[in-house]
Amino acid sequence: MVMLLATLFFGSLASWAFLFPENFNAVLPFYELRPMHVSAALFWILTGAVSGILHFRNELFAEKKSNSLAETLFVAIWCTTAIVIFVCYGLKLFGGREYWEFPPVLNIPILVAWALLMVSYYSRVHFSKRPVPQYFLMWCTGILFFLFTFIEQNLWNFPWFRTSYLKEVAVQWKANGAMVGAWNQMIYGTSLYIMVKISGNESLALNKKSYIFYFIGFANLIFNWGHHIYNLPAAGWIRDTSYFISMLEWILFISIVQDFRKSSPKGSEKKHSLPYQFIISSEYWVLANLLLALLMSIPAINRFTHGTHITVAHAMGTTIGINTMILLGSTGYIVKIDELSARTQTRLKFAFVVAQISLSVFWLSLIIAGLIKGYRSVYLDIQDFNTIMQPVLNLLKIMSVAGVFLLLSFGWIGVVYIKKLFSTR
Amino acid sequence: MFLKIWLTLVIAFLVYSGIVYLFADVRHKEEQPDDAVNHGWVLWQQKNCQSCHQLYGLGGYLGPDLTNTASNPYKGRKYMEIFIKNGTAKMPNFHLNDSEVSHIVQFLCWVDKSGSSKVKAESVHWTGTYRIDK
Repeated sequence: MVMLLATLFFGSLASWAFLFPENFNAVLPFYELRPMHVSAALFWILTGAVSGILHFRNELFAEKKSNSLAETLFVAIWCTTAIVIFVCYGLKLFGGREYWEFPPVLNIPILVAWALLMVSYYSRVHFSKRPVPQYFLMWCTGILFFLFTFIEQNLWNFPWFRTSYLKEVAVQWKANGAMVGAWNQMIYGTSLYIMVKISGNESLALNKKSYIFYFIGFANLIFNWGHHIYNLPAAGWIRDTSYFISMLEWILFISIVQDFRKSSPKGSEKKHSLPYQFIISSEYWVLANLLLALLMSIPAINRFTHGTHITVAHAMGTTIGINTMILLGSTGYIVKIDELSARTQTRLKFAFVVAQISLSVFWLSLIIAGLIKGYRSVYLDIQDFNTIMQPVLNLLKIMSVAGVFLLLSFGWIGVVYIKKLFSTR
Repeated sequence: MFLKIWLTLVIAFLVYSGIVYLFADVRHKEEQPDDAVNHGWVLWQQKNCQSCHQLYGLGGYLGPDLTNTASNPYKGRKYMEIFIKNGTAKMPNFHLNDSEVSHIVQFLCWVDKSGSSKVKAESVHWTGTYRIDK
Protein backbone atom coordinates (compact mmCIF):
# COMPACT_ATOMS: atom_id res chain seq x y z
CA MET A 1 0.00 0.00 0.00
CA VAL A 2 2.93 2.31 0.71
CA MET A 3 4.17 1.65 -2.80
CA LEU A 4 0.72 2.53 -4.18
CA LEU A 5 0.86 5.87 -2.40
CA ALA A 6 4.43 6.38 -3.65
CA THR A 7 3.58 5.62 -7.27
CA LEU A 8 0.60 7.99 -7.16
CA PHE A 9 2.68 10.76 -5.61
CA PHE A 10 5.69 10.42 -7.92
CA GLY A 11 3.44 9.88 -10.94
CA SER A 12 1.54 13.07 -10.27
CA LEU A 13 4.75 15.03 -9.72
CA ALA A 14 6.29 13.51 -12.87
CA SER A 15 3.34 14.61 -14.99
CA TRP A 16 3.87 18.24 -13.89
CA ALA A 17 7.63 17.90 -14.38
CA PHE A 18 6.86 16.72 -17.91
CA LEU A 19 4.79 19.85 -18.57
CA PHE A 20 7.15 22.32 -16.89
CA PRO A 21 10.61 20.71 -16.96
CA GLU A 22 12.43 24.02 -16.57
CA ASN A 23 10.82 24.45 -13.11
CA PHE A 24 11.74 20.96 -11.93
CA ASN A 25 15.18 20.35 -13.46
CA ALA A 26 17.14 22.02 -10.67
CA VAL A 27 15.39 20.11 -7.87
CA LEU A 28 13.70 16.93 -9.03
CA PRO A 29 14.01 16.42 -12.79
CA PHE A 30 11.66 14.27 -14.83
CA TYR A 31 14.35 11.68 -15.54
CA GLU A 32 14.55 11.06 -11.77
CA LEU A 33 10.80 11.17 -11.07
CA ARG A 34 9.78 8.79 -13.85
CA PRO A 35 11.80 5.80 -12.56
CA MET A 36 10.57 6.53 -9.03
CA HIS A 37 6.99 6.39 -10.30
CA VAL A 38 7.56 3.29 -12.43
CA SER A 39 9.51 1.33 -9.82
CA ALA A 40 6.94 2.14 -7.13
CA ALA A 41 4.22 0.93 -9.51
CA LEU A 42 6.11 -2.30 -10.21
CA PHE A 43 6.67 -2.96 -6.52
CA TRP A 44 3.03 -2.16 -5.75
CA ILE A 45 1.79 -4.60 -8.39
CA LEU A 46 4.25 -7.39 -7.63
CA THR A 47 4.11 -7.08 -3.84
CA GLY A 48 0.32 -6.81 -3.94
CA ALA A 49 0.07 -9.86 -6.20
CA VAL A 50 2.42 -11.91 -4.02
CA SER A 51 0.71 -10.85 -0.77
CA GLY A 52 -2.62 -11.96 -2.23
CA ILE A 53 -1.47 -15.35 -3.43
CA LEU A 54 0.38 -16.15 -0.19
CA HIS A 55 -2.67 -15.23 1.88
CA PHE A 56 -5.09 -17.12 -0.36
CA ARG A 57 -2.77 -20.12 -0.58
CA ASN A 58 -3.01 -20.44 3.19
CA GLU A 59 -6.79 -20.11 2.95
CA LEU A 60 -7.04 -22.61 0.10
CA PHE A 61 -4.92 -25.29 1.78
CA ALA A 62 -6.14 -24.43 5.28
CA GLU A 63 -2.54 -23.61 6.12
CA LYS A 64 -2.22 -22.63 9.75
CA LYS A 65 1.56 -22.61 9.98
CA SER A 66 3.40 -19.37 10.56
CA ASN A 67 5.54 -17.88 7.82
CA SER A 68 8.40 -20.08 6.75
CA LEU A 69 11.99 -18.85 7.02
CA ALA A 70 12.13 -18.58 3.22
CA GLU A 71 9.06 -16.36 3.23
CA THR A 72 10.43 -14.12 5.97
CA LEU A 73 13.72 -13.80 4.11
CA PHE A 74 11.83 -13.01 0.90
CA VAL A 75 9.99 -10.15 2.60
CA ALA A 76 13.18 -8.81 4.21
CA ILE A 77 15.26 -8.89 1.02
CA TRP A 78 12.42 -7.64 -1.18
CA CYS A 79 11.62 -4.63 1.02
CA THR A 80 15.27 -3.74 1.65
CA THR A 81 16.00 -3.82 -2.08
CA ALA A 82 13.02 -1.57 -2.79
CA ILE A 83 14.32 0.97 -0.28
CA VAL A 84 17.86 0.80 -1.73
CA ILE A 85 16.45 1.35 -5.22
CA PHE A 86 14.75 4.56 -4.13
CA VAL A 87 17.94 5.74 -2.41
CA CYS A 88 19.81 5.12 -5.68
CA TYR A 89 17.28 7.17 -7.62
CA GLY A 90 17.60 9.95 -5.06
CA LEU A 91 21.37 9.90 -5.65
CA LYS A 92 20.82 9.88 -9.45
CA LEU A 93 22.31 6.40 -9.70
CA PHE A 94 20.80 4.56 -12.66
CA GLY A 95 22.17 1.96 -15.05
CA GLY A 96 19.32 -0.35 -15.96
CA ARG A 97 16.88 -0.13 -18.82
CA GLU A 98 13.34 1.13 -19.17
CA TYR A 99 11.14 0.17 -16.17
CA TRP A 100 14.17 -1.29 -14.34
CA GLU A 101 16.38 1.80 -14.30
CA PHE A 102 18.20 1.11 -11.03
CA PRO A 103 21.83 -0.10 -11.00
CA PRO A 104 21.74 -3.64 -12.43
CA VAL A 105 23.52 -5.19 -9.43
CA LEU A 106 20.26 -4.75 -7.48
CA ASN A 107 18.64 -7.36 -9.70
CA ILE A 108 20.59 -10.00 -7.77
CA PRO A 109 18.76 -9.56 -4.44
CA ILE A 110 15.44 -9.39 -6.32
CA LEU A 111 16.26 -12.69 -8.01
CA VAL A 112 17.33 -14.28 -4.71
CA ALA A 113 14.15 -13.04 -3.01
CA TRP A 114 11.98 -14.46 -5.78
CA ALA A 115 13.76 -17.82 -5.61
CA LEU A 116 13.04 -17.91 -1.86
CA LEU A 117 9.41 -17.08 -2.52
CA MET A 118 9.16 -19.94 -4.99
CA VAL A 119 10.70 -22.38 -2.52
CA SER A 120 8.26 -21.28 0.15
CA TYR A 121 5.25 -21.25 -2.16
CA TYR A 122 5.73 -24.58 -3.92
CA SER A 123 6.73 -26.39 -0.74
CA ARG A 124 3.38 -25.57 0.87
CA VAL A 125 0.98 -26.39 -1.93
CA HIS A 126 -0.17 -29.74 -3.20
CA PHE A 127 -1.58 -30.64 -6.56
CA SER A 128 -3.65 -33.59 -5.35
CA LYS A 129 -6.86 -31.52 -5.31
CA ARG A 130 -8.87 -32.53 -8.42
CA PRO A 131 -9.90 -30.83 -10.55
CA VAL A 132 -7.30 -28.15 -10.01
CA PRO A 133 -9.03 -24.74 -9.80
CA GLN A 134 -7.99 -22.32 -12.46
CA TYR A 135 -6.91 -19.57 -10.07
CA PHE A 136 -4.41 -21.91 -8.44
CA LEU A 137 -2.93 -22.80 -11.84
CA MET A 138 -2.67 -19.11 -12.66
CA TRP A 139 -0.79 -18.38 -9.45
CA CYS A 140 1.64 -21.26 -10.05
CA THR A 141 2.19 -20.20 -13.67
CA GLY A 142 2.62 -16.53 -12.78
CA ILE A 143 5.26 -17.16 -10.12
CA LEU A 144 7.24 -19.46 -12.38
CA PHE A 145 7.11 -17.21 -15.43
CA PHE A 146 8.05 -14.12 -13.48
CA LEU A 147 11.30 -15.92 -12.70
CA PHE A 148 11.86 -16.83 -16.37
CA THR A 149 11.11 -13.35 -17.64
CA PHE A 150 13.08 -11.61 -14.91
CA ILE A 151 16.16 -13.65 -15.84
CA GLU A 152 15.50 -12.87 -19.50
CA GLN A 153 15.18 -9.18 -18.66
CA ASN A 154 18.77 -9.33 -17.39
CA LEU A 155 20.36 -11.23 -20.25
CA TRP A 156 21.69 -7.94 -21.61
CA ASN A 157 24.43 -8.17 -19.00
CA PHE A 158 25.96 -10.93 -21.15
CA PRO A 159 27.94 -9.26 -23.97
CA TRP A 160 26.61 -11.65 -26.66
CA PHE A 161 23.15 -10.12 -26.33
CA ARG A 162 24.64 -6.71 -27.03
CA THR A 163 26.32 -7.55 -30.32
CA SER A 164 23.25 -6.34 -32.19
CA TYR A 165 20.96 -3.50 -31.18
CA LEU A 166 17.98 -5.15 -32.83
CA LYS A 167 18.54 -8.41 -30.98
CA GLU A 168 19.00 -6.62 -27.66
CA VAL A 169 15.80 -4.60 -28.03
CA ALA A 170 13.83 -7.65 -29.19
CA VAL A 171 14.93 -9.65 -26.13
CA GLN A 172 14.29 -6.69 -23.80
CA TRP A 173 10.70 -6.27 -24.97
CA LYS A 174 10.09 -9.98 -25.16
CA ALA A 175 10.96 -10.12 -21.46
CA ASN A 176 8.95 -7.00 -20.58
CA GLY A 177 5.86 -8.14 -22.46
CA ALA A 178 5.92 -11.68 -21.11
CA MET A 179 6.56 -10.41 -17.59
CA VAL A 180 3.34 -8.42 -17.71
CA GLY A 181 1.64 -11.65 -18.78
CA ALA A 182 3.22 -13.38 -15.77
CA TRP A 183 2.03 -10.91 -13.16
CA ASN A 184 -1.37 -10.81 -14.85
CA GLN A 185 -1.61 -14.57 -14.27
CA MET A 186 -1.11 -13.95 -10.55
CA ILE A 187 -3.48 -10.99 -10.37
CA TYR A 188 -6.26 -12.40 -12.56
CA GLY A 189 -6.03 -15.60 -10.55
CA THR A 190 -6.64 -13.59 -7.40
CA SER A 191 -9.56 -11.79 -9.04
CA LEU A 192 -11.14 -15.12 -9.95
CA TYR A 193 -10.53 -16.49 -6.46
CA ILE A 194 -12.31 -13.53 -4.86
CA MET A 195 -15.21 -13.82 -7.30
CA VAL A 196 -15.53 -17.50 -6.37
CA LYS A 197 -15.41 -16.72 -2.66
CA ILE A 198 -17.87 -13.83 -2.81
CA SER A 199 -20.34 -15.65 -5.06
CA GLY A 200 -19.80 -19.05 -3.45
CA ASN A 201 -19.81 -20.52 -6.95
CA GLU A 202 -16.72 -22.74 -7.32
CA SER A 203 -17.69 -23.70 -10.88
CA LEU A 204 -16.47 -20.28 -12.06
CA ALA A 205 -12.93 -21.64 -11.69
CA LEU A 206 -13.63 -25.14 -12.94
CA ASN A 207 -15.64 -24.80 -16.14
CA LYS A 208 -14.20 -25.64 -19.53
CA LYS A 209 -14.38 -22.06 -20.78
CA SER A 210 -12.20 -20.80 -17.94
CA TYR A 211 -9.48 -23.34 -18.87
CA ILE A 212 -9.64 -22.32 -22.53
CA PHE A 213 -9.17 -18.69 -21.50
CA TYR A 214 -6.32 -19.69 -19.26
CA PHE A 215 -4.51 -21.25 -22.21
CA ILE A 216 -5.24 -18.27 -24.46
CA GLY A 217 -3.74 -16.02 -21.77
CA PHE A 218 -0.77 -18.35 -21.49
CA ALA A 219 -0.20 -18.35 -25.28
CA ASN A 220 -0.39 -14.56 -25.24
CA LEU A 221 2.24 -14.46 -22.50
CA ILE A 222 4.58 -16.48 -24.71
CA PHE A 223 4.02 -14.97 -28.16
CA ASN A 224 2.18 -11.67 -27.90
CA TRP A 225 4.99 -9.34 -26.81
CA GLY A 226 5.89 -8.52 -30.42
CA HIS A 227 3.51 -5.57 -30.66
CA HIS A 228 5.98 -3.58 -28.57
CA ILE A 229 8.52 -3.77 -31.37
CA TYR A 230 6.46 -3.86 -34.56
CA ASN A 231 8.43 -0.98 -36.04
CA LEU A 232 11.81 -2.48 -35.18
CA PRO A 233 13.44 -3.85 -38.35
CA ALA A 234 13.89 -7.26 -36.71
CA ALA A 235 12.69 -10.56 -38.15
CA GLY A 236 9.21 -10.22 -39.69
CA TRP A 237 7.94 -13.48 -38.15
CA ILE A 238 8.09 -11.87 -34.68
CA ARG A 239 5.54 -9.32 -35.89
CA ASP A 240 3.40 -11.89 -37.70
CA THR A 241 3.35 -14.33 -34.78
CA SER A 242 2.36 -11.63 -32.35
CA TYR A 243 -0.29 -10.29 -34.74
CA PHE A 244 -1.81 -13.75 -35.19
CA ILE A 245 -1.80 -14.66 -31.50
CA SER A 246 -3.15 -11.28 -30.41
CA MET A 247 -6.12 -11.71 -32.72
CA LEU A 248 -7.10 -14.74 -30.64
CA GLU A 249 -7.93 -12.25 -27.93
CA TRP A 250 -11.01 -11.22 -29.91
CA ILE A 251 -12.47 -14.46 -28.56
CA LEU A 252 -11.91 -13.14 -25.04
CA PHE A 253 -13.30 -9.78 -26.00
CA ILE A 254 -16.49 -11.16 -27.52
CA SER A 255 -16.96 -13.50 -24.57
CA ILE A 256 -16.61 -10.66 -22.06
CA VAL A 257 -19.16 -8.58 -23.97
CA GLN A 258 -21.57 -11.54 -24.01
CA ASP A 259 -21.06 -12.12 -20.28
CA PHE A 260 -21.84 -8.49 -19.56
CA ARG A 261 -25.04 -8.75 -21.57
CA LYS A 262 -26.02 -11.93 -19.78
CA SER A 263 -25.17 -10.71 -16.30
CA SER A 264 -28.06 -9.66 -14.14
CA PRO A 265 -28.01 -7.69 -10.89
CA LYS A 266 -28.08 -10.74 -8.65
CA GLY A 267 -26.94 -10.75 -5.06
CA SER A 268 -27.72 -7.17 -4.07
CA GLU A 269 -25.77 -7.53 -0.81
CA LYS A 270 -22.60 -8.48 -2.66
CA LYS A 271 -23.00 -5.59 -5.02
CA HIS A 272 -22.45 -3.18 -2.15
CA SER A 273 -19.24 -4.85 -1.03
CA LEU A 274 -16.27 -2.62 -1.86
CA PRO A 275 -13.89 -5.46 -2.84
CA TYR A 276 -16.64 -6.76 -5.16
CA GLN A 277 -17.03 -3.31 -6.71
CA PHE A 278 -13.29 -3.05 -7.31
CA ILE A 279 -13.28 -6.45 -9.04
CA ILE A 280 -16.30 -5.57 -11.18
CA SER A 281 -14.81 -2.20 -12.15
CA SER A 282 -11.64 -4.01 -13.21
CA GLU A 283 -13.76 -6.04 -15.65
CA TYR A 284 -14.96 -2.86 -17.34
CA TRP A 285 -11.36 -1.73 -17.59
CA VAL A 286 -10.37 -5.13 -19.00
CA LEU A 287 -12.96 -4.63 -21.72
CA ALA A 288 -11.82 -1.09 -22.57
CA ASN A 289 -8.12 -1.91 -22.51
CA LEU A 290 -8.53 -5.15 -24.39
CA LEU A 291 -10.25 -3.29 -27.20
CA LEU A 292 -7.43 -0.73 -27.23
CA ALA A 293 -4.78 -3.48 -27.13
CA LEU A 294 -6.47 -5.38 -29.94
CA LEU A 295 -6.47 -2.31 -32.16
CA MET A 296 -2.84 -1.54 -31.29
CA SER A 297 -1.92 -5.12 -32.14
CA ILE A 298 -2.84 -4.59 -35.79
CA PRO A 299 0.46 -3.46 -37.30
CA ALA A 300 -1.19 -1.04 -39.75
CA ILE A 301 -2.79 0.79 -36.79
CA ASN A 302 0.26 0.36 -34.56
CA ARG A 303 2.19 2.35 -37.16
CA PHE A 304 0.23 5.41 -35.97
CA THR A 305 0.00 4.59 -32.27
CA HIS A 306 3.54 3.36 -31.55
CA GLY A 307 5.64 5.85 -29.60
CA THR A 308 2.59 7.98 -28.81
CA HIS A 309 0.62 8.53 -25.62
CA ILE A 310 -1.79 5.79 -26.66
CA THR A 311 0.90 3.39 -25.47
CA VAL A 312 0.91 5.24 -22.14
CA ALA A 313 -2.91 5.04 -22.02
CA HIS A 314 -2.64 1.29 -22.52
CA ALA A 315 0.01 0.95 -19.80
CA MET A 316 -1.88 3.18 -17.33
CA GLY A 317 -5.24 1.67 -18.19
CA THR A 318 -3.99 -1.82 -17.44
CA THR A 319 -1.84 -1.08 -14.40
CA ILE A 320 -4.36 1.26 -12.75
CA GLY A 321 -7.68 0.17 -14.22
CA ILE A 322 -7.08 -3.55 -14.03
CA ASN A 323 -4.14 -4.41 -11.77
CA THR A 324 -4.73 -1.75 -9.12
CA MET A 325 -8.50 -2.27 -9.02
CA ILE A 326 -8.04 -6.03 -8.51
CA LEU A 327 -5.32 -5.52 -5.91
CA LEU A 328 -7.47 -3.05 -3.98
CA GLY A 329 -10.30 -5.57 -4.17
CA SER A 330 -7.98 -8.33 -3.01
CA THR A 331 -6.41 -6.29 -0.19
CA GLY A 332 -9.84 -5.02 0.87
CA TYR A 333 -11.06 -8.60 1.03
CA ILE A 334 -8.05 -9.65 3.11
CA VAL A 335 -8.29 -6.80 5.63
CA LYS A 336 -12.12 -7.07 5.70
CA ILE A 337 -12.69 -3.51 4.61
CA ASP A 338 -16.47 -4.08 4.60
CA GLU A 339 -16.37 -4.23 8.40
CA LEU A 340 -15.60 -0.51 8.66
CA SER A 341 -18.25 1.91 9.89
CA ALA A 342 -21.05 2.93 7.53
CA ARG A 343 -19.70 6.49 7.44
CA THR A 344 -16.23 5.36 6.34
CA GLN A 345 -17.81 3.01 3.81
CA THR A 346 -19.75 5.88 2.27
CA ARG A 347 -16.59 7.96 2.04
CA LEU A 348 -14.67 5.06 0.54
CA LYS A 349 -17.36 4.59 -2.09
CA PHE A 350 -17.26 8.29 -2.90
CA ALA A 351 -13.47 8.04 -3.36
CA PHE A 352 -14.05 4.96 -5.51
CA VAL A 353 -16.39 6.92 -7.82
CA VAL A 354 -13.97 9.87 -8.00
CA ALA A 355 -11.16 7.43 -8.88
CA GLN A 356 -13.21 5.86 -11.68
CA ILE A 357 -14.16 9.22 -13.19
CA SER A 358 -10.60 10.59 -12.87
CA LEU A 359 -9.15 7.48 -14.45
CA SER A 360 -11.60 7.71 -17.35
CA VAL A 361 -10.61 11.35 -18.02
CA PHE A 362 -6.94 10.47 -17.56
CA TRP A 363 -7.17 7.53 -19.96
CA LEU A 364 -9.20 9.32 -22.64
CA SER A 365 -6.97 12.41 -22.62
CA LEU A 366 -3.93 10.18 -23.17
CA ILE A 367 -5.66 8.41 -26.07
CA ILE A 368 -6.63 11.68 -27.73
CA ALA A 369 -3.11 13.05 -27.11
CA GLY A 370 -1.72 9.92 -28.78
CA LEU A 371 -4.07 10.21 -31.73
CA ILE A 372 -2.99 13.80 -32.30
CA LYS A 373 0.69 12.93 -31.99
CA GLY A 374 0.32 9.97 -34.35
CA TYR A 375 -1.61 12.04 -36.89
CA ARG A 376 0.93 14.87 -36.85
CA SER A 377 4.08 12.75 -36.84
CA VAL A 378 3.04 9.94 -39.20
CA TYR A 379 0.26 11.30 -41.42
CA LEU A 380 1.37 14.95 -41.65
CA ASP A 381 5.02 13.88 -41.30
CA ILE A 382 5.94 16.96 -39.26
CA GLN A 383 9.62 16.73 -38.44
CA ASP A 384 10.03 19.20 -35.61
CA PHE A 385 9.30 17.57 -32.24
CA ASN A 386 8.12 20.75 -30.49
CA THR A 387 5.68 21.52 -33.33
CA ILE A 388 4.27 17.98 -33.10
CA MET A 389 3.83 18.29 -29.35
CA GLN A 390 2.21 21.75 -29.16
CA PRO A 391 -1.47 20.66 -29.34
CA VAL A 392 -0.67 17.49 -27.40
CA LEU A 393 0.44 19.43 -24.33
CA ASN A 394 -3.04 20.83 -23.65
CA LEU A 395 -4.40 17.31 -23.35
CA LEU A 396 -1.56 16.36 -21.08
CA LYS A 397 -2.56 19.23 -18.79
CA ILE A 398 -6.03 17.66 -18.51
CA MET A 399 -4.33 14.33 -17.82
CA SER A 400 -2.20 15.89 -15.06
CA VAL A 401 -5.25 17.44 -13.36
CA ALA A 402 -7.04 14.08 -13.55
CA GLY A 403 -3.85 12.57 -12.09
CA VAL A 404 -4.15 14.83 -9.03
CA PHE A 405 -7.70 13.54 -8.46
CA LEU A 406 -6.41 9.99 -8.85
CA LEU A 407 -3.76 10.74 -6.24
CA LEU A 408 -6.36 12.14 -3.83
CA SER A 409 -8.97 9.42 -4.28
CA PHE A 410 -6.70 6.37 -4.39
CA GLY A 411 -4.46 8.01 -1.80
CA TRP A 412 -7.33 8.33 0.63
CA ILE A 413 -8.45 4.75 -0.03
CA GLY A 414 -4.84 3.64 0.54
CA VAL A 415 -4.60 5.45 3.88
CA VAL A 416 -7.89 3.88 5.09
CA TYR A 417 -6.61 0.44 4.03
CA ILE A 418 -3.35 0.93 5.90
CA LYS A 419 -5.20 2.03 9.05
CA LYS A 420 -7.49 -1.00 8.82
CA LEU A 421 -4.52 -3.26 8.25
CA PHE A 422 -2.86 -2.07 11.46
CA SER A 423 -6.06 -2.23 13.47
CA THR A 424 -6.65 -5.81 12.24
CA ARG A 425 -3.15 -6.85 13.29
CA MET B 1 -4.48 -33.76 -20.99
CA PHE B 2 -4.21 -30.48 -19.14
CA LEU B 3 -0.64 -31.19 -18.08
CA LYS B 4 0.29 -32.10 -21.66
CA ILE B 5 -0.99 -28.78 -23.02
CA TRP B 6 0.71 -26.92 -20.19
CA LEU B 7 4.06 -28.63 -20.78
CA THR B 8 3.76 -28.08 -24.53
CA LEU B 9 3.33 -24.36 -23.93
CA VAL B 10 6.28 -24.23 -21.52
CA ILE B 11 8.45 -26.01 -24.10
CA ALA B 12 7.11 -23.65 -26.79
CA PHE B 13 8.16 -20.73 -24.61
CA LEU B 14 11.69 -22.07 -24.23
CA VAL B 15 12.07 -22.99 -27.91
CA TYR B 16 10.62 -19.68 -29.10
CA SER B 17 12.95 -17.82 -26.72
CA GLY B 18 15.95 -19.61 -28.22
CA ILE B 19 14.80 -18.82 -31.76
CA VAL B 20 14.33 -15.14 -30.88
CA TYR B 21 17.78 -14.93 -29.29
CA LEU B 22 19.42 -16.48 -32.33
CA PHE B 23 17.42 -15.10 -35.23
CA ALA B 24 15.65 -11.88 -34.16
CA ASP B 25 18.16 -9.86 -36.11
CA VAL B 26 18.23 -11.56 -39.50
CA ARG B 27 20.00 -8.77 -41.27
CA HIS B 28 23.47 -9.10 -39.78
CA LYS B 29 24.42 -6.01 -41.67
CA GLU B 30 25.16 -3.72 -38.80
CA GLU B 31 28.64 -3.45 -37.46
CA GLN B 32 29.57 -5.03 -34.16
CA PRO B 33 29.71 -2.35 -31.46
CA ASP B 34 33.22 -1.28 -30.50
CA ASP B 35 34.30 -0.21 -27.00
CA ALA B 36 33.28 3.41 -27.54
CA VAL B 37 29.77 2.38 -28.65
CA ASN B 38 29.42 0.02 -25.72
CA HIS B 39 30.55 2.71 -23.31
CA GLY B 40 28.10 5.16 -24.91
CA TRP B 41 25.34 2.57 -24.46
CA VAL B 42 26.20 2.17 -20.76
CA LEU B 43 26.20 5.96 -20.34
CA TRP B 44 22.83 6.15 -22.10
CA GLN B 45 21.50 3.90 -19.33
CA GLN B 46 23.45 5.47 -16.47
CA LYS B 47 22.19 8.95 -17.31
CA ASN B 48 18.71 7.47 -17.83
CA CYS B 49 18.37 9.08 -21.28
CA GLN B 50 15.57 6.58 -22.09
CA SER B 51 13.38 8.32 -19.53
CA CYS B 52 12.89 11.24 -21.92
CA HIS B 53 14.03 10.00 -25.34
CA GLN B 54 12.93 7.15 -27.54
CA LEU B 55 14.81 4.78 -29.79
CA TYR B 56 12.49 3.02 -32.24
CA GLY B 57 9.57 4.64 -30.43
CA LEU B 58 10.51 2.95 -27.14
CA GLY B 59 11.32 5.13 -24.16
CA GLY B 60 10.09 8.46 -22.81
CA TYR B 61 8.03 11.21 -24.39
CA LEU B 62 9.62 14.41 -23.14
CA GLY B 63 12.21 14.69 -25.89
CA PRO B 64 12.35 13.55 -29.51
CA ASP B 65 13.00 10.05 -30.83
CA LEU B 66 16.74 9.88 -31.53
CA THR B 67 16.92 6.71 -33.67
CA ASN B 68 17.79 8.50 -36.88
CA THR B 69 18.99 11.91 -35.70
CA ALA B 70 22.55 11.03 -36.71
CA SER B 71 21.60 10.57 -40.36
CA ASN B 72 19.15 13.49 -40.44
CA PRO B 73 20.63 16.00 -42.93
CA TYR B 74 19.35 18.93 -40.82
CA LYS B 75 20.73 17.61 -37.55
CA GLY B 76 23.49 15.00 -37.48
CA ARG B 77 26.42 14.34 -35.24
CA LYS B 78 27.49 17.89 -34.40
CA TYR B 79 23.94 18.87 -33.52
CA MET B 80 23.69 15.98 -31.06
CA GLU B 81 27.06 16.81 -29.51
CA ILE B 82 25.98 20.40 -28.77
CA PHE B 83 22.71 19.29 -27.15
CA ILE B 84 24.30 16.57 -25.06
CA LYS B 85 27.16 18.82 -23.97
CA ASN B 86 25.09 21.84 -22.95
CA GLY B 87 21.53 20.70 -22.38
CA THR B 88 18.57 22.97 -23.11
CA ALA B 89 15.83 24.70 -21.13
CA LYS B 90 14.03 21.34 -21.02
CA MET B 91 17.03 19.03 -20.90
CA PRO B 92 19.43 19.24 -17.94
CA ASN B 93 23.15 19.64 -18.46
CA PHE B 94 24.69 16.34 -17.36
CA HIS B 95 28.21 17.85 -17.23
CA LEU B 96 29.67 15.13 -19.41
CA ASN B 97 33.25 15.39 -20.61
CA ASP B 98 34.12 15.40 -24.32
CA SER B 99 34.93 11.71 -24.39
CA GLU B 100 31.60 10.77 -22.79
CA VAL B 101 29.69 13.00 -25.20
CA SER B 102 31.53 11.45 -28.11
CA HIS B 103 30.76 7.91 -26.92
CA ILE B 104 27.04 8.61 -26.56
CA VAL B 105 27.02 10.11 -30.04
CA GLN B 106 28.88 7.06 -31.40
CA PHE B 107 26.29 4.82 -29.76
CA LEU B 108 23.47 6.81 -31.40
CA CYS B 109 25.26 6.67 -34.78
CA TRP B 110 25.50 2.88 -34.38
CA VAL B 111 21.78 2.62 -33.56
CA ASP B 112 21.00 4.80 -36.57
CA LYS B 113 22.73 2.27 -38.82
CA SER B 114 20.42 -0.53 -37.63
CA GLY B 115 17.39 0.87 -39.50
CA SER B 116 14.69 3.51 -39.66
CA SER B 117 12.20 4.07 -36.85
CA LYS B 118 9.46 5.13 -39.28
CA VAL B 119 7.39 2.64 -41.22
CA LYS B 120 6.56 3.79 -44.73
CA ALA B 121 2.89 3.72 -45.81
CA GLU B 122 3.76 1.53 -48.80
CA SER B 123 5.15 -1.16 -46.47
CA VAL B 124 1.68 -1.93 -45.12
CA HIS B 125 0.22 -5.18 -46.43
CA TRP B 126 -3.52 -5.68 -47.03
CA THR B 127 -3.62 -8.18 -44.14
CA GLY B 128 -2.74 -5.36 -41.76
CA THR B 129 0.86 -6.36 -41.16
CA TYR B 130 3.88 -4.76 -42.79
CA ARG B 131 7.33 -5.51 -44.04
CA ILE B 132 10.21 -3.25 -43.12
CA ASP B 133 13.05 -2.66 -45.52
CA LYS B 134 16.16 -1.25 -44.00
